[in-house]
Amino acid sequence: MRQDDLYINKIDWITILIYIALVTMGWFNIYAAVYDEQAAKSIFDFSINSGKQLVWIGTAILLITIIMVADYRLFDNLSMILFGFFLFILLLTPFFGKEINGQRAWFEIGFFRLQPAEFAKFATALALAKFMESPTFDLSKTKFQMRALGIIALPVALIMLQPDTGTAMVYSAFGIMLFREGMPQRYYVLALSFVAISLLSLGIENNLYLAAGVAVIIIGLILIGKKSWQRIAVLSVLGLFVVAYSYSLDYVVSKLPDHQQNRIMVLFNPDLDPLGVGWNVTQSKIAIGSGGFMGKGYLEGTQTKFDFVPEQHTDFIFCTLGEEFGWIGSAVVIGLFMALLIRLVFLAERQKTRFSRIYGYCVMSILLFHFTINIAMTIGLFPVVGIPLPFFSYGGSSLWSFTILLFIFIKLDSHRIQLLGRH
Amino acid sequence: MNNPRPAILVAVIVLIAGVLLTKLFMIQVADDSFLKRAERNAIQRVVDHPYRGLVYDRNDKLLVYNNPVFDLMIIPKEFQVRDTARFCQLFKIEKEELIDKYQAARKYSWVKPSPLLKAISNTEFGRIQDFLIDYPGLFVMTRSVRAYPQASAANALGYIGEISGNQLKGDSSKYYRQGDYVGLAGLERYYENDLRGRKGVKYKMVNVRGIDKGSFKGGEYDTLSLAGKNVQSTIDLDLQLYGEKLMAGKRGSVVAIEPKTGEILSMISAPTYDPNLLAGSRFGKNYGNLVMDETMPLFNRPIMAMYPPGSIFKVVQSLIGLQEGILQTNTVFSCNQALVKCHPHPNPTNLFGAIKYSCNPYYHQAYRKMINREVSSNTFKDTKIGLDQWRESVMKFGLGQPLGIDMNNEKGGSIPSSNLYNRIYGEGRWKYSTIYSLSIGQGEMMVTPLQMANLAAIFANKGWYYPPHLVKTIDGERSNIPEKFRTKVEVGVDAHHFDMIQEAMGEALMGTANRAIIKDIAIAGKTGTAQNPGGADHSVFVAFAPKDDPQIAIAVYVENSGFGGRAAASTASLMIEKYLRGHITRPALEDYVLAGKFLY
Repeated sequence: MRQDDLYINKIDWITILIYIALVTMGWFNIYAAVYDEQAAKSIFDFSINSGKQLVWIGTAILLITIIMVADYRLFDNLSMILFGFFLFILLLTPFFGKEINGQRAWFEIGFFRLQPAEFAKFATALALAKFMESPTFDLSKTKFQMRALGIIALPVALIMLQPDTGTAMVYSAFGIMLFREGMPQRYYVLALSFVAISLLSLGIENNLYLAAGVAVIIIGLILIGKKSWQRIAVLSVLGLFVVAYSYSLDYVVSKLPDHQQNRIMVLFNPDLDPLGVGWNVTQSKIAIGSGGFMGKGYLEGTQTKFDFVPEQHTDFIFCTLGEEFGWIGSAVVIGLFMALLIRLVFLAERQKTRFSRIYGYCVMSILLFHFTINIAMTIGLFPVVGIPLPFFSYGGSSLWSFTILLFIFIKLDSHRIQLLGRH
Repeated sequence: MNNPRPAILVAVIVLIAGVLLTKLFMIQVADDSFLKRAERNAIQRVVDHPYRGLVYDRNDKLLVYNNPVFDLMIIPKEFQVRDTARFCQLFKIEKEELIDKYQAARKYSWVKPSPLLKAISNTEFGRIQDFLIDYPGLFVMTRSVRAYPQASAANALGYIGEISGNQLKGDSSKYYRQGDYVGLAGLERYYENDLRGRKGVKYKMVNVRGIDKGSFKGGEYDTLSLAGKNVQSTIDLDLQLYGEKLMAGKRGSVVAIEPKTGEILSMISAPTYDPNLLAGSRFGKNYGNLVMDETMPLFNRPIMAMYPPGSIFKVVQSLIGLQEGILQTNTVFSCNQALVKCHPHPNPTNLFGAIKYSCNPYYHQAYRKMINREVSSNTFKDTKIGLDQWRESVMKFGLGQPLGIDMNNEKGGSIPSSNLYNRIYGEGRWKYSTIYSLSIGQGEMMVTPLQMANLAAIFANKGWYYPPHLVKTIDGERSNIPEKFRTKVEVGVDAHHFDMIQEAMGEALMGTANRAIIKDIAIAGKTGTAQNPGGADHSVFVAFAPKDDPQIAIAVYVENSGFGGRAAASTASLMIEKYLRGHITRPALEDYVLAGKFLY
């Protein structure tokens, strides 16, 4: 009994309150997204998505209860088994999954649809935590870097078979956790430069400007630094490489299938294809942009109510919020996410075991990635990638997987004292 | 915590949130173009077209009304038909046509309605109404088109049609939109602002497929349409119809005016057309046919055709001469045929006889006295001064300029000025002998039938008139018609000068126009013959009756029918009897006029 008291008292209620706030706001926004004045259906009506979401929320509470009453050691002990299990499921998905929009990403059981790739996220997080918890695991060494990346690469490879590029991309979020755990800085500098150069080369119409810019920077670096032949040679080769890369990227993009090419190019010019690929982004921006400072009021959003934004109850749920609650509403939600993410950093840092800390960072990383990419894509800062906004978007798989992901960490955090004793 | 990386991560989180909020601020608060685009997306402006005002005759008989017509609309998405052959039979449509229309509708929109059959009549609608329930995706939309129960007075009433690009550009009030109907001619055009009413606007919300989702903000910004005002015309429908019957098969004009008010009782332009031809969807095709028609049915002769006034102008000459003191009732001139040709009559005559017998040499000599008053010793200068002075007097009779009737395109005719002759002959190179034709209403002088009818009204009123007009009340109020039609115009000739003129016009009928005489109704009239260089002369007659208390003044033109005493006088006489008595006591005369064919 004493132990139980202890653990209830240690639960981090701040995180739970933010979770409740986000899920509740999400539910109201899902109702707004499917709201039809003429049909006049209640938010509880099970024939519409808000009613169904209520079922997902109810079952999510059940999952939370199971996680909270389960033995905390279970997650540690079962982590590799769970990982193995989900890899197996992912292996089966491309063969037995139901085909939707050219992807086999869903399992259908009765009227129930599950997306295994969503659940594989927490299993991968647990596996990574387990794998990296050993004190000898040192990310500054190439051997361990390769092992960690290998763990991540397994589910990614299987998900690409479905193929579900959006969900697979989410696994790159583990890079954030690896950063905290000591992955050398140079990889990130390299990766960020890579992304920056890619964006610049795609965004700038004429690569000659980019080449000129690169030349100016390289010459500048040569002039201000030590003028050894070796350094000059390295910098020159680097500059040539960047220019060559930007040209080859344009070439590769031009060889991509049209719809993928459009998804990328629309980011730079949404008017390129206003009725095709540009439609989502354009309509999404119109919906959010028309919300103004205060928003149009709950259930008053014409763009969301009248279906101008596709996928508005799932991946584009942020449109409903932006239109009906304006900049203020958007700021509240972004503020809540920011608070949650910072809180998770804080919680992870206070863990006494590497296992819990790594898992905590995995949770934070995945949520940060989803939050950033999802909102950035609705306002045209990122290409359209089909990933949901955590706790907000409609859908059982996504709500359950985020709930499991988060509450395993809340459970682990509440037992941080006991976990210390084990090692 | 020596590791700086958690702090870097927190900074990254805050940075991301900051970037997102900044971008959101840019599109939500700083830029209002998205709001406008959202409104363009979801808010549709639906114009509520008002009911156009009706037109009645002076006795409240309906002349123009709005007839509902039905368009059978199809929504391709919902449309289902099992037995195409039966469908085609029921709706009287060819299979190929059905397929074409369906394809066109699909091309336009899968979910929005397109017309399948346009302008179904009332009876046809009644027949198919019961079958509609068997065919989902079909429904009937009601529109209204102008309709004319008596198919009469086409040129006076005019027609409406789709607004042209130029009219749209010229519409400074920005009231009209592409596709709107406006009055294009006749009363419909002149009283457009009264008849059209005011359009209402409803703001409707539509979803992404264009489907109606109710009114925007509960109709807060909607405005109701206001029905157009009804217009009561001055036209007497019975008289108009009778005149049209008499003029059938002829080319010419009849204008009848109530002298006391200037109200036009009848305005007949022959040949005419059925105004129903220019109503609704048949406008385009029928308008083209009417424009191409050699008999020019769209040419509104009473206000647009111009002829020399001929002998009738002698009455005006007499009145000006009397007023100026140049002529007295007992002024005598000989019928000197060396000056100008005449026909046999007692010789010499005084003014009374000159009018009665229409003596040409009399007016040749009288007019010389009016023109050459010896104010200048130079005969050329003297003629110039005299002509311009005379012209001023003539124009007071409403000649040489449009009378300002409530119709567009009214012609003013022409009364020549010294400038005209200067242009033709050169200054100082013309004198009385150049212009003497004017004395008998020939030469460089033109009047319209409307101006002639107005002259008759002036003779009847003894020196004044109200500008002739076609509308009696608007919205039941006389005060709504333009001010100018309620303002009396004096012609500058004293009333007592008209006494002798009226007597002479009364007697003139005996001899020149015996057919015009009606038992028990005293008519004053004057025949005329408008010379027509291209063919037989035009027959002209003006009259008013009863002489002592004039109720009707009339001018009749029958083209190519020769001397005015025959066709024109007979027609005028029958019109007068019809108006004053309501029936015709001289069927033989009526038959004579009806049988006269000068056109076809």
